[in-house]
Amino acid sequence: MERYYQPEIETASREQIRAWQDERLVKQVQHVWDNVPYYRKKMEEAGVTPADIKGVADIRKLPFVTKADLREGYPYGLLAEDLKNCVRIQSTSGTTGKRVVAFYTQHDIDLWEDCCARAITAAGGTNEDVCQVSYGYGLFTGGPGLNGGSHKVGCLTIPTSSGNTERQIMFIRDLSATILCCTPSYAAYLGESMKEMGLGPDDIPLKAGIFGAEAWSEEMRQEIEKTMGIKAFDIYGLTELSGPGVAFECSEQTGMHINEDHFIAEVIDPDTLEPVPDGTYGELVFTSITKEAFPLLRYRTRDIVKLSHEPCSCGRTFVKMSKPRGRSDDMLIIRGVNVFPSQIETVLLNKGYPANYQIVVDRVNNTDTLDVQVEMTPEMFTDNMGEIAARQKDIVDGLKSMLGLKAKVSLVAPKSIVRSEGKAVRVIDKRKI
Amino acid sequence: MSVKQISVFLENRPGALCEMTKVLADEAIDMRAFSLAETSEFGIARIIVKDVYKAITVLKDADYVTSVSEAVAVAIPDVPGGLHSVIQSIADAGINLDYIYCFLGGQTGKAYLVCKVPDVAGAEAALAAKGAYLVDQEELSEL
Repeated sequence: MERYYQPEIETASREQIRAWQDERLVKQVQHVWDNVPYYRKKMEEAGVTPADIKGVADIRKLPFVTKADLREGYPYGLLAEDLKNCVRIQSTSGTTGKRVVAFYTQHDIDLWEDCCARAITAAGGTNEDVCQVSYGYGLFTGGPGLNGGSHKVGCLTIPTSSGNTERQIMFIRDLSATILCCTPSYAAYLGESMKEMGLGPDDIPLKAGIFGAEAWSEEMRQEIEKTMGIKAFDIYGLTELSGPGVAFECSEQTGMHINEDHFIAEVIDPDTLEPVPDGTYGELVFTSITKEAFPLLRYRTRDIVKLSHEPCSCGRTFVKMSKPRGRSDDMLIIRGVNVFPSQIETVLLNKGYPANYQIVVDRVNNTDTLDVQVEMTPEMFTDNMGEIAARQKDIVDGLKSMLGLKAKVSLVAPKSIVRSEGKAVRVIDKRKI
Repeated sequence: MSVKQISVFLENRPGALCEMTKVLADEAIDMRAFSLAETSEFGIARIIVKDVYKAITVLKDADYVTSVSEAVAVAIPDVPGGLHSVIQSIADAGINLDYIYCFLGGQTGKAYLVCKVPDVAGAEAALAAKGAYLVDQEELSEL
């Protein structure tokens, strides 16, 4: 029997959903026009006013918003509420030192947690469940989002945050956790650790997992499900829009239902910017229509997905999106962290080295690895091995503080990095996802 | 008095050294001493040559990263205990060695010791005071 957190919304008719979207979009456009000079200017430049937007059918008249807009507006440029009405910020991992800071009113947090509660309920969660949240807590949205959703559902919530594998497993066993929320790579790692401890699927009380914030394959899902004896559900979200719970998987596991009462999804051709039909891969674009503090109109996520409006056996009427197949920019997601090659370049340049580098990303034992290969230069070279090792470590430390990730730095011979048509190939992604 | 040593960065992979020795061979670089130090990831080849300028030029042309540093060279009798007496002098002077390598001098009947030390002039003075036979670039080149 399929359970819903908000059945009247999650199974509403398509007409009803469209009516909500029409009404909320009109209101949202007026809200940003009145309160965000940056948006007003953008709309004026595009020759559009709130009067032109009468519903979803007019959405294409609105200009797109990109990550560059968010960076330019840092920190308050896109804020649409008085700060005294805001109660929280969350933030993405930074790029070239500038992060995206998203603001929330209490109402925004409420709706975000509703979205997470829908995901937990779709995974079979009720107030009889014990939900362990092993996403990081803090600026990252994973922990706080699922934590709030778990409270709303009424689960006993274990806020372990990420790390300390032994303690994670201890709580899962001692408190009989039934639902686990974390990144899929961490879930796979936990599963392997349990296996090494001699624990089989029957020894692990978990029955479901909600895993997101990074790309994972169907094969990985099956492996996790088998190792832990659980059903593994995908969840999708972005800090810019709220956090996890923008879309979530149901029992059918054939895509993620987008919470369309809060978000309007479009899929466009990233080159022509024209919409593509259902079933065709394109770039996912979101408009948040209920956000008060940090609303985004037509935000280009850069994630490549396809949509399906086919009726779902779970009874939900929200459109489904596929797992993202890739990105339309050069951003990499490594262990859940957003990494742009330009950040690595910045670290090298700041340390006085030329940016002769190549990033090799792989997945070993279900964990992403980041190897930054740096071409040796006269500036970096000395006859002293200890000094070279110290310089290597200095780059590792610089990358760690810029990316929040531990990377391996390999020193390679000058001009050994492959250059195609004179342009160095910056990223080699060997992960099979 | 010291000698010039060329250090070359090499990747630690099969064939990396061979590529460099080919460059030196093709350009007829005459070597006096050669040593290779390595970590799991990279190596440093240390070379003493007759013509330092030419060697550096051909290596740079072949895209190698190099550096030149000063080292102390000492001639020692090629007999048992020959090395020990010089090392004893270095130890007595309280000098810390970064690394050393030795080679034989063919017809001279001597062995040669190259020492990398933080303070080249200080080490040379200390060794000279102990009666060690210090060698310069010119003398090494004529071996």
